[in-house]
Amino acid sequence: MRNAARKVYIALIFIFLYAPIVTLMVLSFNASKTRAKWGGFTLKWYSSLFQNRDIMEALVNTLLIAVISSLAATVIGTIACVAMSGMKRRTRSVLLGVTNIPMLNADIVTGISLMLLFISFGFRFGFGTILLSHITFNIPYVILSVMPRMKQLNPSTYEAALDLGASHMTAFFKVIFPDLLPGILSGFLMAFTMSLDDFIITHFTKGAGVDTLSTKIYTEVKKGIKPEMYALSTIIFVTVLLLLILVNTAPGGKNDNKDNKEQ
Amino acid sequence: MTSKSKWLSAPYVLWSVVFIIIPLGMIFYYGLTDKTGAFTLENITAIMTAEHRKALWLSLLLSLISTLICFLLAYPLAMILANMKVSQHSFIILIFILPMWMNFLLRTLAWQTLLEKSGVINSVLTFLHLPNINIINTPYAIVLGMVYNFLPFMVLPLYNALSKIDENVINAARDLGAGSVHTFFRIILPLSVPGIISGITMVFVPALTTFVISTLLGGSKILLIGNVIEQEFTQASNWHLGSGLSIVLMIFIILNMIASAVFDKDGEGGIL
Repeated sequence: MRNAARKVYIALIFIFLYAPIVTLMVLSFNASKTRAKWGGFTLKWYSSLFQNRDIMEALVNTLLIAVISSLAATVIGTIACVAMSGMKRRTRSVLLGVTNIPMLNADIVTGISLMLLFISFGFRFGFGTILLSHITFNIPYVILSVMPRMKQLNPSTYEAALDLGASHMTAFFKVIFPDLLPGILSGFLMAFTMSLDDFIITHFTKGAGVDTLSTKIYTEVKKGIKPEMYALSTIIFVTVLLLLILVNTAPGGKNDNKDNKEQ
Repeated sequence: MTSKSKWLSAPYVLWSVVFIIIPLGMIFYYGLTDKTGAFTLENITAIMTAEHRKALWLSLLLSLISTLICFLLAYPLAMILANMKVSQHSFIILIFILPMWMNFLLRTLAWQTLLEKSGVINSVLTFLHLPNINIINTPYAIVLGMVYNFLPFMVLPLYNALSKIDENVINAARDLGAGSVHTFFRIILPLSVPGIISGITMVFVPALTTFVISTLLGGSKILLIGNVIEQEFTQASNWHLGSGLSIVLMIFIILNMIASAVFDKDGEGGIL
């Protein structure tokens, strides 16, 4: 009885979280252009999607920004973690405190603070400013997932590698890096997801003429969302879902699970 | 590694100064000056005007209600999840992160379709001969949007904190004669405090400052403090006033940060 109640509760939360997603998927097959009524099943939005240059351009921008910013954040964040592990306790906690600011601060404040920075220093608003902003709010996600791994490291193994004649670079990539890898990967994925889903910070740091999917959708809210958007987001969501299922059922995926368990 | 750490940390230190510290300084500069560059507190005291005070009050009210609802929904859920088998750990986290792969604006907009007068939910309610709900474009819809968007940020830290509790501690309490209620209030709840604080922070701050959810689900009539600030920057172009109001907003955020620093010293309540 108690077990049944638990399952019902989980199911209800699950429905709450996924009902809007199912709604959007259904809307992507809706022949009627308005959200309000069902006009029959169609696949036409899926074909017209690829002819819509605006949406395709926004998609390319979104993906490019997500990939580049999360890669850059992963490199900067990982190096920062290595550096911080060798720091004095006080310096490290000051730096970690600063790292926490974009995480704990409101997106709107981060967004306008960066906007004011770019205006004051004469940056040209566009792809570049969005990218810099995304790197900034992505770094904390990388640091927060790499840092716990860093703490678990045994410093003697690195020193042993050096004693045995390895260069600093070799010792890092052969000894430290493999241990950090699960943290680096989850930080990268988290950063990528956050970048892809961001609207608020992009809203304040983009220039006229450059759009990501989020900002494009926001401008369409008043005019009515183009049904192609539903089709596109359905494609993205299903792709990610399939990839995740693949990763989790593939033989390599099991190692990944084991690593997560340790955390 | 100590000798190397100085230049290794240089890129990140430089990055944080340029893109975190200086921008925050800019907000304070703009917030404390007027258009001629002279010092003023007017942009801050502007929060006391009737319109701004109403927006701030409504934001505080709605975000506190949302945070409370998130907590009440998430705690039992996190307890159930934490008692499941360990092998499902990454799968559970996945379920709550996965929705983020569908655009946040679209997901929130989908609630319009669900909540509308002749929307999906009302059709189901009519079919079941239940009274219809009519909450679209009201503060209730905004609260629902907040709970929907930020619930994962409450569930994950709670789940992390609860799954870290050593089962032996709970068993020991039981062996020593504590009942379920007693064990919960004396053992489980106190040990999950880092997760609770982190969850509250992660829900309260975005809920307090949102302007998107109120725009999408509240119609255009309901203004939250986030909407006021956003309009100052994008429509009215009064950056000084917008910055001043942001400083007021940051006071609440900083209070929240202090609380989380006091209760969660080791950063144990993270979402990862």
